[in-house]
Amino acid sequence: MELSPLIITLETAAAATVVTFFAGIGLALLVVRMNRFQGLADAIITLPMVLPPTVVGFFLLLFLGKRSCIGKFLLQWDISLVFTWQAAVIAAVIVSLPLMYRTARGAFEQLDPNIIYAARTLGVSEWRIFWHILVPNARAGILAGLVLSFTRALGEFGATIMFAGNIPGKTQTMSTAIYAAVQANDYDLAFAWAMVIVVFSLVFVMLMNWWIARSNKGAAIWN
Amino acid sequence: MELMVSIRKQLRSFRLTVDFTAANEVFALLGASGCGKSMTLKCIAGIETPDSGRIVLNGRVLYDSEQGINLSPQKRHVGYLFQNYALFPNMTIRENIQFVAGGTSAVKAKKVQENLARFGLQELADAYPLELSGGQQQRAAFARILAADSELLLLDEPFSALDGYLKWQLELELGKVLQAYHGAALLVSHDRGEVYRLSDRAAVISRGCMEPAQETKELFRHPQTLAATLLTGCKNVSSARKIDAGHIQATEWDLTLAAAADVPDDIHYVGVRAHFLELRTAPGENTYPLEVVQVIEDVFSYLLMVRRRGSQGKAIRWELAKETWENCQRQSGALYFHIPLEAIMIMQG
Repeated sequence: MELSPLIITLETAAAATVVTFFAGIGLALLVVRMNRFQGLADAIITLPMVLPPTVVGFFLLLFLGKRSCIGKFLLQWDISLVFTWQAAVIAAVIVSLPLMYRTARGAFEQLDPNIIYAARTLGVSEWRIFWHILVPNARAGILAGLVLSFTRALGEFGATIMFAGNIPGKTQTMSTAIYAAVQANDYDLAFAWAMVIVVFSLVFVMLMNWWIARSNKGAAIWN
Repeated sequence: MELMVSIRKQLRSFRLTVDFTAANEVFALLGASGCGKSMTLKCIAGIETPDSGRIVLNGRVLYDSEQGINLSPQKRHVGYLFQNYALFPNMTIRENIQFVAGGTSAVKAKKVQENLARFGLQELADAYPLELSGGQQQRAAFARILAADSELLLLDEPFSALDGYLKWQLELELGKVLQAYHGAALLVSHDRGEVYRLSDRAAVISRGCMEPAQETKELFRHPQTLAATLLTGCKNVSSARKIDAGHIQATEWDLTLAAAADVPDDIHYVGVRAHFLELRTAPGENTYPLEVVQVIEDVFSYLLMVRRRGSQGKAIRWELAKETWENCQRQSGALYFHIPLEAIMIMQG
């Protein structure tokens, strides 16, 4: 069994999660603080979660493909995104971002605003408030968002196959490998990759639950 | 401490208009909930921004709409005690204090020790806020404010979340905090007792409109407006009109009252506190035959709803000692209630 789909999947998911993590938290803070157009901004960021992945892939081709403005601009340096490893990362970022954004935003909105006001009146800088008060107190939500977006990136299929293709050894991830294996009537290979994805996802979600349970020692009201 | 506040802000259903200066004193804003008093404190602290006006603390301009000055809360050095204390839940009490203390690490450590000791928090220093009782949390919040070296103390309904006994304990402890501020602070509350016991001067806010400030005791003795009369705890108010220089017709009570001083032409209301009525056995000035509409037994007193016999006027609430009422029930003969001249409060607006 050629292991490259596993490695490519882990690499793209890891890279995508790093981007999603910071972008998702940043967008969550930005939207929470918006006074106007909050609903519109929220809808746009959430859209990739509710659209069919093929639509996301199609728009990525449209906006970043060789015929788009950005595509033509990048071609000046002989850079083409389509059907590359970077394309797989971009596709995974777009589809996993809404999960990070929404969970982080929910966590921030649940914080008592008086805690932030108190910190301000006590002279604490906005930067220290963010790192020492907002993030630690929204920890559970941020961790959940991190794991959800990572597992989402692991299983990404539709947008990836449209925008990054299914080139073995280059852009073929586990989920596209399953598709290729089924088309080639190789059910054993498809089953193997399917099991790998199931096990990975299960482990990460369990890890998330354990992590969150550990960070919310006090909140055992449902047990 | 010297604070000058003059701000305007449009709120949902009314316009907030606040003007006052406070020096080295406890200055109180007394108002019902939702009257704009907490908003006033938030504007001073920089958490909310007024539409226009000016705020100056110890000669420093914190906010001036004309000059375009609006300092961030961080630069205002104003300590705000929130109703729920707003301790940082992810930090122990020690860390809460340390996090906001300024200076070198030696200075910080000193401030932490000092303020833990000042509020008797040494044993709780390594506990998290959620493990503390309401009273302990308030002490921790005070310790944190003092460690941050703020120049002004803002108290937002400091005791309203607490039950009777604890409330009293903390009111006593507030004295310690006020000492650190040379007795100067700004207090907002809907509790007239709190305002009376704690403040030197006070002003009433009703629906965003602040009335002129007075010495607290004077405000309670001679409230000038209907809002002030009701907020300082007067239970009996009747609309009124002038009969002549020495007489008032209290229209709702259906009583003609003699007044001690000249009755102003624009008298609108007359009030009398429930404690100040007196029981009589013979007629006289401001003395009326008693008709008891209702008797309610309270913890230490009886509450009687009374009016002049034969009238259809609104009943007056009268609070009298249990003994007094039990004694007079044993008497035969007619009973009268008397409204002393000095107990009559005249309101012009």
